[in-house]
Amino acid sequence: MGFVIDARLVVRRGDFTLDLALTAAPGEVVALLGPNGAGKTTALRALAGLTPLSEGHIRVDGEPWHDRPAERRPVGVVFQDYLLFPHLSALENVAFGPRCHGVRRREARRLAAEWLDRVGLADQAARKPRTLSGGQAQRVALARALAVGPRLLLLDEPLSALDAHTRPAVRARLRRHLADFDGAAVLVTHDPLDAMALADRLVVIENGGVVQEGTPAHVARHPRTDYVARLVGLNLYRGTAHGHSVTLAGDAVTFNAAESLDGEVFLAFPPSAVALFRTRPDGSPRNLWHATVAGLEPHADQIRVHLEDPVHAAADVTPAALAELRLAEGDRVWAAVKAAETHAYPA
Amino acid sequence: MNRRAPWVLVLPALLGLAFLVLPLAGLLLRAPWSTLGTRLARPEILDALRLSLISATLATLLCLLMGVPLAWVLGRVDFPGRRLVRALVTVPLVLPPVVGGVALLLALGRNGLAGRWLDRWFGVTLPFTTAGVVLAEAFVALPFLVISVEGAVRAADLRYEDAAATLGASRWTTFRRVTLPLIAPGVGAGAVLCWARALGEFGATITFAGNFPGRTQTMPLAVYLALENDPQAAIVLSLVLLAVSVVVLAGLRGRWVS
Repeated sequence: MGFVIDARLVVRRGDFTLDLALTAAPGEVVALLGPNGAGKTTALRALAGLTPLSEGHIRVDGEPWHDRPAERRPVGVVFQDYLLFPHLSALENVAFGPRCHGVRRREARRLAAEWLDRVGLADQAARKPRTLSGGQAQRVALARALAVGPRLLLLDEPLSALDAHTRPAVRARLRRHLADFDGAAVLVTHDPLDAMALADRLVVIENGGVVQEGTPAHVARHPRTDYVARLVGLNLYRGTAHGHSVTLAGDAVTFNAAESLDGEVFLAFPPSAVALFRTRPDGSPRNLWHATVAGLEPHADQIRVHLEDPVHAAADVTPAALAELRLAEGDRVWAAVKAAETHAYPA
Repeated sequence: MNRRAPWVLVLPALLGLAFLVLPLAGLLLRAPWSTLGTRLARPEILDALRLSLISATLATLLCLLMGVPLAWVLGRVDFPGRRLVRALVTVPLVLPPVVGGVALLLALGRNGLAGRWLDRWFGVTLPFTTAGVVLAEAFVALPFLVISVEGAVRAADLRYEDAAATLGASRWTTFRRVTLPLIAPGVGAGAVLCWARALGEFGATITFAGNFPGRTQTMPLAVYLALENDPQAAIVLSLVLLAVSVVVLAGLRGRWVS
């Protein structure tokens, strides 16, 4: 399958270096996921031509882009806070791009009206950006980005400016528009939910480099860094496998995993799979270790118990179970996980 | 609760206020209100008023044409010596206007640095002409515009220009359709200040352009002349200038003062 975009982005700034290889197929939505300061937005700006590359290349449909200024790249960008021109109406904002590409005024306005209609804002065409709601502004920004007919659509945290209760509807709408788009889309986000819901493929970046790449389902089940594990809510360890048996780094604990492997592996299990006991339970074929309670915090309708010594782990228990256990920080408990819920995969 | 303000501060404050208000009150009290209409309609006053309005407006346009790009360069382009250039731009603010007039004569006079060539090649003579009035006014008023616009350029969000670039806008289109509208309030405030300064200009004008009724005699010059042979007329002319100042201040309220 041919790629719409094939890029290697290297941007050096002070002692920070972004070095990222990125490809995307027609119709594919790639999410760049990572913590703040990982270089996500820098990557997006480099693709758009707003930040120069120190090294590398950008090819879109086989054509080199890296030497072109931003205004000569057929790219559409939805900025984090949309950056709709405050002095122009919604319609004029959307018509701006076509006008810059030499479309006549009336034709540009007709095109803009069509795009506003497509994002469901035909009746808001005359409104100024500051009178639009967050969700509406985002749709105008999307229409403005798509109205120039880009091959590459870039979205920088497209949902982060919205409040929690408008997000799901806007996310669902954005997902439909992305499905209709036949170029490649690159989405930057630090929200795993947005990434999982919108993207066909995740590229996780930390400290300027790719740490993991794959489908959302695969990444969610097989995290490879602590950051990803935290995002998807899994306990993650590195260890050495001999068949089903996995010895964690430092030889502290040995787990039995569902998979049979040999060599360096990751081992993951969800906090909800961990059961806690005051006294050592007997007779069950489970992974069992003795741990110290490091802290307690509410987590949705459960209590998250942080365990340490010999290994860090999170366990989710019900408030009732916690009350029965009478746990407090510093207490020693027995923690158990079924082998069937403990997954190992090659490191 | 407010504590009582100490009298060592209140007394000078009241004195300062009186010092500012009293002369204006005197102007209003001594004005020949009954003959105001007929005096205002006299041709030499109308000539001076018309010349003042036209030359101040032309000077403002000239300042806009040169000052907005200058402010943009100062606010956006990082070049060596930028601080020096900014200092140079503000020189006319602190320079006595008469010195400005002398400097203009030396530069643009018939034997001046540039004036010599203007005269020889194009037959253009600037001193003691209406064009000279416009130049003298623009010289002293330009810093007001540049400072105001540069502030607006620096405050404008650069990311809007990024957004315009990704939509295919050239640098010029971006400036025209995005940057300029964003800085419009600053340009407006700067232009009003610039116009008011040009309207009141005296020293540079009389030095560089002289005092010829109908040609270079603007309102401030007419006031000065009238004070010697027709004090009533001087008061009327002053009232007109005061009225213009008040209108300017009202128009600027909240934009510049705060």
